[in-house]
Amino acid sequence: MTLDKLLIANRGEIAVRIIRACKEMGIKTVAVFSDVDVDALHVKYADEAVNIGPALSRKSYLNIDSIIQAATGKKVDAVHPGYGFLSENADFAKACVDNNLIFIGPSAECIAAAGNKSAARKTLMALGISIIPGSDDIISSPEEAFEVAADVGYPVILKASGGGGGRGMRIAHDKEELADALAVASGEARAAFGNPDLYLEKYIERPRHIEIQILGDHFGNYVYLGERECSIQLRYQKLIEESPSPFVDDVLRNKLGETAIRVARSIGYSNAGTMEFLVDKNKNFYFMEVNARVQVEHPVTELVTGIDIVQQQILLAQGEKLTIKQDEIRLNGWSMECRINAADPANNFMPSPGEIKNLILPAGPGVRVDTHIFNHYEISPFYDSLIGKLVVWAENRQMAIKRMQRALSEFRLEGIKSTIPFHQRVFQDEDFIKGDIDTHFLEKWADQG
Amino acid sequence: MGSKTYKVTSPVMGTFYRASAPGEKPLVEVGQKVNASDVVCMIESMKIFTELRADQAGIVKKLLVEDEEPVMKNQELIEIEIG
Repeated sequence: MTLDKLLIANRGEIAVRIIRACKEMGIKTVAVFSDVDVDALHVKYADEAVNIGPALSRKSYLNIDSIIQAATGKKVDAVHPGYGFLSENADFAKACVDNNLIFIGPSAECIAAAGNKSAARKTLMALGISIIPGSDDIISSPEEAFEVAADVGYPVILKASGGGGGRGMRIAHDKEELADALAVASGEARAAFGNPDLYLEKYIERPRHIEIQILGDHFGNYVYLGERECSIQLRYQKLIEESPSPFVDDVLRNKLGETAIRVARSIGYSNAGTMEFLVDKNKNFYFMEVNARVQVEHPVTELVTGIDIVQQQILLAQGEKLTIKQDEIRLNGWSMECRINAADPANNFMPSPGEIKNLILPAGPGVRVDTHIFNHYEISPFYDSLIGKLVVWAENRQMAIKRMQRALSEFRLEGIKSTIPFHQRVFQDEDFIKGDIDTHFLEKWADQG
Repeated sequence: MGSKTYKVTSPVMGTFYRASAPGEKPLVEVGQKVNASDVVCMIESMKIFTELRADQAGIVKKLLVEDEEPVMKNQELIEIEIG
């Protein structure tokens, strides 16, 4: 079937991104919004919009009943969950299907299998896919956490079972830190995902974070769209991503790609998805997790492959066969993305909500800006600090870096603090320019103050 | 009883929480004794939780905002009597 009307169960730049894909495909759009998002760009761009409740996420963007009601009330055919919020919530995917709505993503069963990281670990261990040692299941008590930690050895990392995007993650170097981390991480996980469950694993030092974008249809066909290097992270939040990775050669790319597809096949994955790996300096890789949704950083893959991932998601969800062949996929040139967050790099990245003033967005050759902000837009403290993504494409990495430096210099944004000055600094860093990066890259700056 | 008090203020615009996680009991109650650097409340801004700590030991005298209430940067949240 071909979709006539689609509801976007999200806000911010990703809601705008999905509306753009729909418009190009001739699909009508319905936005949803909370009380503080009345004037948001996704509301202006969509054909219709429905208020789904108060500002607090769990009363609006996490409220399954209100969103389903909006979807059935507006007689849409499909729901796109974006990322974050309900995107990896199996109950939401099931509620969509139960109400005869196509959920743009993998099946509810598959989300449950992928999102339940403890169960996913068991499946993968059985398949012989290399994973990081840790708790085989959700940590049920602090005593159990201490036991597993002693077993795999400190440092250890706590992760939210329902999570992703770094929320609810904490590292502990000893038992005392672990005790503290358990309380805070659980609270963050519950607030962000409505699920306080945590699991624990050994923390691999100085790894690269490399992930593989895949697409899969309902007939068991899969392709991988190369890798994304996402090692520039702060508190497990990615800040800069690129594709390809300066570290990945054809041999490693094929191995990672084939492993990603094996993981996908093992859980019956369909639609777009991302398999995250940690890769050590010897190119050993450990599977980390499935991100059963579109990723924030999907544009870098789009720019090097020429494939519109959001449009592919819609086509695959409506039951079309994958038309892209693996041997036709080329990573052409180099793409890099800077996440522009409302956060103060001079003050430990403290959130910086407020009114946007004197905004001038960069443009020109090879520059793409995905954002929902505009002059006098009020960034509220209720949602994620991501206010935009500055993405460039060029023929090679060196030229992409030059282009990003140029684009960052054009960016004008006042009224709030943002990560723009931070990115300007990274893009002058010698190690970064050489591609010599790992997930601890930013710690050397923290030491320097 | 001394009458010297100080107020815990929010470092950022956000949402005030009395507990470290939903369903948990409040971190402090009026009349409770706190030590310096005890966590007394949480502020959530842009999905980031910040623990706010007591500067000095004392007795919680007054809660100046309700649980889950939006707060402004530098807004006074909790009054503590030093001692």
